[in-house]
Amino acid sequence: MATRTIAGKTVQVNDEGFLTVPGEWTKEIAIEVAKEEGIAELSANHWKIIEFSRQDASASGKSPTLRRITTGTGISTKDLFALFPKGPAKKVARIAGLGKPEGCV
Amino acid sequence: MADETRKIAFICSKGNLDMAYPALVMGWAALGNGIDVTIFFTFWGMDMINKDRVDHLEIPPLANASMKMNMMGVPGYLGIPQIAGVIPGMTAFATALMNSKMKKLEVPTVREYLQMLVDAGAKLYACKMSVDMFGLKKEDFIEGVQDIVTAGDFMDMTDGAQIIFI
Repeated sequence: MATRTIAGKTVQVNDEGFLTVPGEWTKEIAIEVAKEEGIAELSANHWKIIEFSRQDASASGKSPTLRRITTGTGISTKDLFALFPKGPAKKVARIAGLGKPEGCV
Repeated sequence: MADETRKIAFICSKGNLDMAYPALVMGWAALGNGIDVTIFFTFWGMDMINKDRVDHLEIPPLANASMKMNMMGVPGYLGIPQIAGVIPGMTAFATALMNSKMKKLEVPTVREYLQMLVDAGAKLYACKMSVDMFGLKKEDFIEGVQDIVTAGDFMDMTDGAQIIFI
């Protein structure tokens, strides 16, 4: 398993760059990875999505799907796609330190 | 190629409930992965965007060899006798069964799914020839259908896209 240093912390990642140990995630890592994904600053709604995704993943053991995120946070599909443009599925997971969403909806 | 956004175009030509979902599921996955999505509705596929029809798509068990009784909890792979398929109410029964299974899996309805796709940036178009054939107008379609286009227009707007025919 590869490792990577993000925001001064060495974490384990898989070959697609997703964190493999959710416990190694920090808010600083989220900010850094968000920049890599083209999101200069994380707003309150970004954090709401990140926190919901982390809680949901720790409760269910699965990274949430986009539909789960919109129903769980009350943030609309339109806003979700505006907050994480060009592919929110992987972007949210990467920034929240989770694996790719499991499930099709 | 790496810098260019990948594009996928779906052609939906079927109006049966089971054939409505493939483009919706794959289109949603594509949008989630940052892929540009265009959906072109033609022939029976136009039922999916027809305001009056979208909530009433059905799946007939008749001549559907894959629909077995195990969907109703009967063990093994016993078929539904074809003669039973012609009994009035069988299509409604099979449709209700599929809808309830989808609901349990938290799969949105076709109408809701299309709205999600539109909100996520998918572009929907109706086929001009089918519109003329069925005597429909743009007002007959759900919101989010951008235009009625010709086959030639479709070719122009899907330049460089991967095309999936359903």
